[in-house]
Amino acid sequence: MVWETILLAQREIRRNVLRSSLTILGIVIGVAAVITMVTLGGGATAQVATEISSLGTNLLQVHTGQGGRGPGGTRAQADMFKVEDAEAIAREISGLEAVAPNASQRIQTIYGNANWSTSVVGSTNGFLLVRDWLLESGRQFTDAELRTGKAVCILGSTVRKELFGDRDPIGASIRLQKISCQVVGAFQSKGQSSFGADQDDFVLIPLRAFQRRIAGSTDVSTIFISTKESGSVESIKHNIERLLRERRRIVNGEEDDFHLHDMREIMNTLTGTTRVLTALLGAVAAVSLLVGGIGIMNIMLVSVTERTREIGIRLAIGAVEKEVLLQFLIEAVVLSCFGGIIGIVLGLVAAAAGAQALKVPFVFNPGIVVVAFVFSAAVGVVFGYFPARKAARLDPIEALRHE
Amino acid sequence: MKPTVGEKSENGPLIELRAVTKVYGMGRAAMRALRGIDLTIAQGEFVAVMGPSGSGKSTCMNILGCLDTPTSGDYLFQGIAVGKLNRNQRAMLRRHYLGFVFQGYNLLNRTSALENIELPLIYRGTPVDKRRAMALEALYAVGLRGWEAHTPGELSGGQQQRVAIARAIVTNPRVLLADEPTGNLDSARSREIMELLTAFNRDRGITIVMVTHEPGMASYAKRQVYFKDGLIGNRSSREDTL
Ligand SMILES: Nc1ncnc2c1ncn2[C@@H]1O[C@H](COP(=O)(O)OP(=O)(O)OP(=O)(O)O)[C@@H](O)[C@H]1O
Ligand SMILES: [Mg+2]
Repeated sequence: MVWETILLAQREIRRNVLRSSLTILGIVIGVAAVITMVTLGGGATAQVATEISSLGTNLLQVHTGQGGRGPGGTRAQADMFKVEDAEAIAREISGLEAVAPNASQRIQTIYGNANWSTSVVGSTNGFLLVRDWLLESGRQFTDAELRTGKAVCILGSTVRKELFGDRDPIGASIRLQKISCQVVGAFQSKGQSSFGADQDDFVLIPLRAFQRRIAGSTDVSTIFISTKESGSVESIKHNIERLLRERRRIVNGEEDDFHLHDMREIMNTLTGTTRVLTALLGAVAAVSLLVGGIGIMNIMLVSVTERTREIGIRLAIGAVEKEVLLQFLIEAVVLSCFGGIIGIVLGLVAAAAGAQALKVPFVFNPGIVVVAFVFSAAVGVVFGYFPARKAARLDPIEALRHE
Repeated sequence: MKPTVGEKSENGPLIELRAVTKVYGMGRAAMRALRGIDLTIAQGEFVAVMGPSGSGKSTCMNILGCLDTPTSGDYLFQGIAVGKLNRNQRAMLRRHYLGFVFQGYNLLNRTSALENIELPLIYRGTPVDKRRAMALEALYAVGLRGWEAHTPGELSGGQQQRVAIARAIVTNPRVLLADEPTGNLDSARSREIMELLTAFNRDRGITIVMVTHEPGMASYAKRQVYFKDGLIGNRSSREDTL
């Protein structure tokens, strides 16, 4: 009986192709919008997540200055860190994997005729560990180079391409300002970040070399710390904060003049934001599904009026209310499911195109496809019920007499 | 809901109306369409219902067909008090025991003759193969071999009425109710239809109650019942055949 009714419904739908298509248009657009929004949103979230984890998820970052880093921030007012601060953290805090004191400056680099303005970063080998940098060729710094502050460097892949093109840079000497610096290694590329920054555009030199030959001071602006996966980040953060307050002689009640960022925290905030945005967009799209449902109800009501005689015949011949109800309900559900399927296909195509255009990954989300389908079927049930009940409750005598 | 009353041979009344009234509307606007009808019809009868327009013939047919219930009085169908049944129970009676031929044919548009005839079998839950075979048999019985796939729009009035009759008898009903089945057919077509009905009454023992305005058509029936102002008037002399 149900199968029979489904066949009947699809025949009824095919009889009026134009009207049926217009009826389901609302559902198609609604479902397509939901699928597109959620898929693109999911792609953006995934991208933010990979981006941040490419910085290292177990990364802590300590800056001087109060609060965040606003434009022209307040950092300058606070004393800079010294190498000893980083050493003290490495020595006294347990549960750490590596600590890398860090200072940087924009500098013109020159090799032969090529020159390139880039960020020169002074740090230790810990930098590679903490920030997840892998070497493509060459080596990291030796202890002697770090201790003596020798003029050696490891190139980010952008700098290597700009200065050397396809040639092997290892062993060559480049100029950083006035100093001549020997290339000992080259980093693997991490690619461009979606925030627009090129992560590969930098040159790493030993911190001591940076301080002596470039900055002319012993200041350290940032300390990168990576924690062991197992440890509690919260207690480590707390311990570092206490240690630094002590070293910087901040009395109780006074605010920190440095700030501790937790990458996991930042990642959660950022992915959380994109998730909320995705949900919002999805909700807006869902409203159009609702509108689509009202469209179906409208057409079903018209259909019931138009087919009053047919309903009368069926009732007179011996159909019970439930059977007529089922017939119209199934018709509505078949319509809306059909709209749902078309919408899903359209939505996925639009999402794939959009992902390409916006350069975010296309993350297929089977969950939302199922939800969209079930939802469109539900729209059929909910908005088809009222017209179907109207049909089932008709008086057969009145219905037969209808026009 | 299987037959509870015996076969054709039994003479107990199939249909019994006792002081049936039907009032439409309320208070001053009330319209007393039936004002106390007593009517007994036995299994296998062929009854013609006649009377002027507005005398309550269709109202009575609707009650006989379990489409409507009396305002007062009793309608016993095979001994079942129809007035006490709910909508769905009455639908089940129609499904299993009754066949209708409506005045305006009332076939499903854009649906083939064969599918129209199959319709009552669908609600009876007859399996597809058997359904098709039964529908074809009914279609042949009304002389429409070769018109299976035609839709009502492609059939003449007489042919449409035959489809309607085939649809009514395909289930082999206890009672066939026909409200002016020849109402808008010429006399030659009307006679054909009457011959079909007479044959079904004679050969299959289907009880027929038919409303008609034309004495010529009524004469095919073994008994005539006259309605006047919601009451049954003087009966036909053929009543003695009961
Ligand atoms: N649904 C209704 N509401 C109000 N009055 C009705 C309704 N149905 C029928 N009537 C009235 O009841 C009376 C009997 O109607 P009915 O249809 O039974 O007449 P009829 O004998 O079949 O007439 P005809 O030969 O013209 O078909 C008429 O006066 C009619 O106006
Ligand atoms: Mg009438």
